[in-house]
Amino acid sequence: MRRTLPIFIVLAVLLVAIAAVNPYFLEPPAFLAFVKRAAPLVILAAGQYFVIVSGEFDLSVGSLVTAEVVIAARLIDGSAEATWPVLGLMLVLGLLAGLVNGVVTTLLRVPSFITTLGMLLILSGAVFLWTGGAPRGALSAQFRELGRGSLGPVPWSVLILVVAGAVAIWVMRSDFGHTLVAAGDNDRAAALSGVRVARVRTVAFMISGLAAAVAAILLGGFAGVSAQVGVGLEFQAITAVVLGGVALGGGRGSVVAAMAGAFTLEALFTLLNLYGISGALEPAVQGVIIIAAVALGAVSLPRRRAAAS
Amino acid sequence: MTEHVKQRRVPARVTYLGWMSSDRPARAVYVALILLVALGWVLFEVDGGRFLGLENIVGIQQRSAALGIVAVGQTVAILAGSLDLSVAYLISLSSLVAAEIMAGGDAGVLPAVAAVLAVSAAVGLVNGLVITGLKVHPFIATLGVALIIRGALDWRYDGPAGSVPASFQHLGYDRIGPLPVSALLWAAVAVAAWFLLSRTRLGHRIYAVGGDAEVARLSGVRTGRVVIIAHVLCSVCAGIAGLLLASRLGAGAPTVGTDGGYDLESIAAVVLGGTALAGGRGGVAGTVGGVLLLAVLDSVFNQLEINSFAKDVVRGVVLVAALAIYARGRRTK
Repeated sequence: MRRTLPIFIVLAVLLVAIAAVNPYFLEPPAFLAFVKRAAPLVILAAGQYFVIVSGEFDLSVGSLVTAEVVIAARLIDGSAEATWPVLGLMLVLGLLAGLVNGVVTTLLRVPSFITTLGMLLILSGAVFLWTGGAPRGALSAQFRELGRGSLGPVPWSVLILVVAGAVAIWVMRSDFGHTLVAAGDNDRAAALSGVRVARVRTVAFMISGLAAAVAAILLGGFAGVSAQVGVGLEFQAITAVVLGGVALGGGRGSVVAAMAGAFTLEALFTLLNLYGISGALEPAVQGVIIIAAVALGAVSLPRRRAAAS
Repeated sequence: MTEHVKQRRVPARVTYLGWMSSDRPARAVYVALILLVALGWVLFEVDGGRFLGLENIVGIQQRSAALGIVAVGQTVAILAGSLDLSVAYLISLSSLVAAEIMAGGDAGVLPAVAAVLAVSAAVGLVNGLVITGLKVHPFIATLGVALIIRGALDWRYDGPAGSVPASFQHLGYDRIGPLPVSALLWAAVAVAAWFLLSRTRLGHRIYAVGGDAEVARLSGVRTGRVVIIAHVLCSVCAGIAGLLLASRLGAGAPTVGTDGGYDLESIAAVVLGGTALAGGRGGVAGTVGGVLLLAVLDSVFNQLEINSFAKDVVRGVVLVAALAIYARGRRTK
């Protein structure tokens, strides 16, 4: 709790600051629109949290999102009947990419930084090889409904986010969640007390892949097909998780705080836009704030060695 | 220092993989390099090109020089147990600083080089201070600094700027016999880094801090200072690569570093060369081999006219496979 509190204070301050400039922001329609915009990143951050708390990295999620959207557009090609099978296929692909990441990292003992970097290269290369350089095809209206449309006043993506968040919290409270944290904190000790570290970490990678697939479904609907849709998302997700006070190297932090970190990042983007610091200086401000936030969170804690070993 | 530890260790059994990778990981990358050169030679013969011809060898050297210089710097940072994700934007920044100060005149060359070295050293100092002073994880610290540099670049520039005099372009294009000047510069940087890491006290301290920071601290090493110096050296290497790219382009460009993917690519080259990502083990020789391996792979792809997207796929597979082999080698001991 001591570690999760700061991010909620920061998030509250940012939301109040946005509301001060734009009084309508805290009213339901505008706020739901904000949550809808944040949903893909929050889901990605929740997935990334599982990998980071188990002591690893997943750099492949950004290219996985791009690959999923491009593949979906090519397979659906505007037809309504293909929508649901392709949605299922996307989830399976996400799980599969996570499985490969996990198996290569745990059984072949390749540092996850390199495994997922390799996966990034392979995915982005393979997808564009297949489509010949530019995304082709189109998503169907049914597909885009998930990212754009709403059920009554509540957008679908907000509902999906609530379900994903609830599942993530439930998983972390289950036995699996405890073994995951134990594996991240000290994998030898966990292994000696009977945790199957390799299996637990592989499942964490599969959850991250699944989260990337869900984020791809939402982003594809929200933003449409483009080869740029997932660019930089892996770093944003890792940043969000770290902003939430989760230690790189594993074993510490909560999934709720990681998701709050993603909301904070999105609120920060919104605020910078409101103050007209869009485009050019935005990355610089973002960089300063990330370093400052992590520095403030880290001062009282003992330093951990780099995760990749 | 590490050599002594290794000499006392008696391998239980010598396996082929163990011989390749356990003791000196750099050996594996050179074996792979020789195999790849042989394969490339055969493919070129079949295809009607000349793999070992002057043109191709010069091409390989020139393509790899910039990445090579960055990767040597990255090696120093990784050996110290850190890593640097800010090099790509720093390269862009350096190319712009160089081209703007030179402004096409010969008189500006020396001040420009000095300015680039000063700017890059300052960036490295900031990286190091944020990591050691504010205790921010290197991944986040250098990512944050990268974002800050990117913001400054986006704010000031929307395209190529400045220009480089003809005299400075010799650095990028001239060659002495079969050796391009840029490759000589890379060799000089690599030899300097090798000397620093294996023959000086600072080098031993870098290995010690990367191996186990707490043990190093208890043995009286000022670990913070060592990490800061490693980051300054890494950033200066990125600055030199920026100078080289400016001389190639004839101007500075805000996207030259990120287009080349120098941040992740340099880390890939370092680990391909057998340096442990966790720090403390490896060296410059392996990195040079890793960079050459990537460059020869590129040249083979170009000759076979393979789609550039397929290159990424093969690179990814090579990277993961190499690391899996190193991991096996270490386990067989």
